[in-house]
Amino acid sequence: MSAVVQPIPRGIGRRIGRGARDWIPAALVLVLGIGSWQVLVDVLDIQRFLLPQPSAIARTFWEERDALWSAGLYTFREALGGFLIGSAAAILIAMLLARFRRVGSALMPLAIAANAIPIVAFAPIFNAWFDVLSPTSKIAVAAVLCFFPVLVNTLRGLTSVRPRSIELMRSYAAGELQIFRKVRFPAALPFIFSALKVASVLAMIGAIVGEYFGGSQEALGIQIRNSAALFQFETAWAAIMVASILGIAFYASVALLERAVLRWDPSRRRAE
Amino acid sequence: MSGGEAASAAVSVRGLSKTFAKGSVTALEGIDLELAPGEFVSLIGPSGCGKSTLLRVIGDLIRPSVGEVVVNGKSAPRARADGDYGIVFQDAVLYDWRSVAKNIALPLELAGWSRGRRSERVAEMLDLVELSGFGDHHPWQLSGGMQQRVAIARALAFSPALLLMDEPFGALDEMTRERLNIELLRIWAASRSTVVFVTHSIAEAVFLSTRVVVMSPRPGRIAAVVDIDLPQPRTNDTREDRRFFELVTEVREHLRGTEPAEGERVLQGGLLA
Ligand SMILES: Nc1ncnc2c1ncn2[C@@H]1O[C@H](COP(=O)(O)OP(=O)(O)OP(=O)(O)O)[C@@H](O)[C@H]1O
Ligand SMILES: [Mg+2]
Repeated sequence: MSAVVQPIPRGIGRRIGRGARDWIPAALVLVLGIGSWQVLVDVLDIQRFLLPQPSAIARTFWEERDALWSAGLYTFREALGGFLIGSAAAILIAMLLARFRRVGSALMPLAIAANAIPIVAFAPIFNAWFDVLSPTSKIAVAAVLCFFPVLVNTLRGLTSVRPRSIELMRSYAAGELQIFRKVRFPAALPFIFSALKVASVLAMIGAIVGEYFGGSQEALGIQIRNSAALFQFETAWAAIMVASILGIAFYASVALLERAVLRWDPSRRRAE
Repeated sequence: MSGGEAASAAVSVRGLSKTFAKGSVTALEGIDLELAPGEFVSLIGPSGCGKSTLLRVIGDLIRPSVGEVVVNGKSAPRARADGDYGIVFQDAVLYDWRSVAKNIALPLELAGWSRGRRSERVAEMLDLVELSGFGDHHPWQLSGGMQQRVAIARALAFSPALLLMDEPFGALDEMTRERLNIELLRIWAASRSTVVFVTHSIAEAVFLSTRVVVMSPRPGRIAAVVDIDLPQPRTNDTREDRRFFELVTEVREHLRGTEPAEGERVLQGGLLA
């Protein structure tokens, strides 16, 4: 009857090659940017408190690496804690709201409004509520920052499943729980992951900004604040670099996890 | 039909009406239909005459406003709970996060089959729809026709007593469609299930069916039932049979009769002007 069609072979080697090609322009721009920064600071005779040279920042970064990284990890732990607590709570509550749709649609406008509030503004309040010097207050800021975008996106994902997909499950006499596990939740995963990526960034912001309003001497935010106040700009910049590296690594890990979990998502595939 | 026959009917629709929007839209009115076990019945009619609605009421996806549906001697909700239905929609409705094999296995999973039995049956079904070797692919890696075959394999995997198909080949090209028609008949002959099949194609309805139900719109009613007495099994030669053309013409004439009188007047007025 029909000609037998062979499954499409996958060119893994080519994909890696293309990956490298995609990275080259970005890497080039980065190197050029840092290079001209280094040169321009000299040429334009910019004061070091305005903008230290990359080489000076790198030197400080290397010399103070132990202190910087331990401060970085201290702050990263706060961000991670807030991320986990805030996101987990948001996903759980979104599931409940999706299950009890009435309550969900009644509360949705509130969640969307809350999502638009600049929650970092509450950081000093959280410092007052919880112990300023303990990580708890920073975890709280990070958690609240992560909560709303994850809540809104997860709920949107859980409730925007195509009706036919649900109908098909009903025709097999599937119960609500089965429909949830086998259809709603997997269909919501792309929504959840894009929210988690945003949340990973927000969590780092929350932790550091929270620390600007007071915290332990071991915290990265405090070190940035103090070294800037003491005119140790190279140290401040080196600390900012640590924060950036950790932030990018955090985001990248969530993105990698997403790639692994959402291997099936056609919208994530590039045209072959 | 007599009461005795009704008791052994695969599907029995009695005095069925369905209204939407708090009664302001009458989709179906006074539908009576009996299907014997193993019958292949096509529903045909103009767009909006309630074919999908009738299929969905039979499948207990929506409740009738008046009347009742009995499937294999059971109420429709009971039949659904017992897993009597295999439904195929116009678009394949495959789950992107499941491989082709896992899509086909889904109803088996829900019915509590063991992993071993599942993979055995999935392999059989893939073979049946000629997609062996595609089990590990994802649905979006397949063409539209292949996806539709996966949907059919999934609907047949648990040998449902009743197969409900809503324009399953509507989006396919003529060649693929004719090939899948023959495949479907082969599967139907092998499984002896009862089929309710919605289509817009007169030729397809005549070719596949043991009976064609012609429906008329506003409100949806059964306008005529045409017995298709073409010999089984149907082959590509059937399409060139003189009787085939006669039956196509008969169904077409019944369908003409369903066109609204107002439309005809407009047409005639246009011709006279
Ligand atoms: N959920 C609904 N709410 C309101 N009206 C509906 C609903 N479903 C169907 N209808 C109406 O019922 C009528 C029949 O619809 P149905 O989908 O059964 O038609 P159909 O014969 O399948 O048409 P098509 O050939 O275009 O698929 C239409 O007038 C439609 O507007
Ligand atoms: Mg329809």
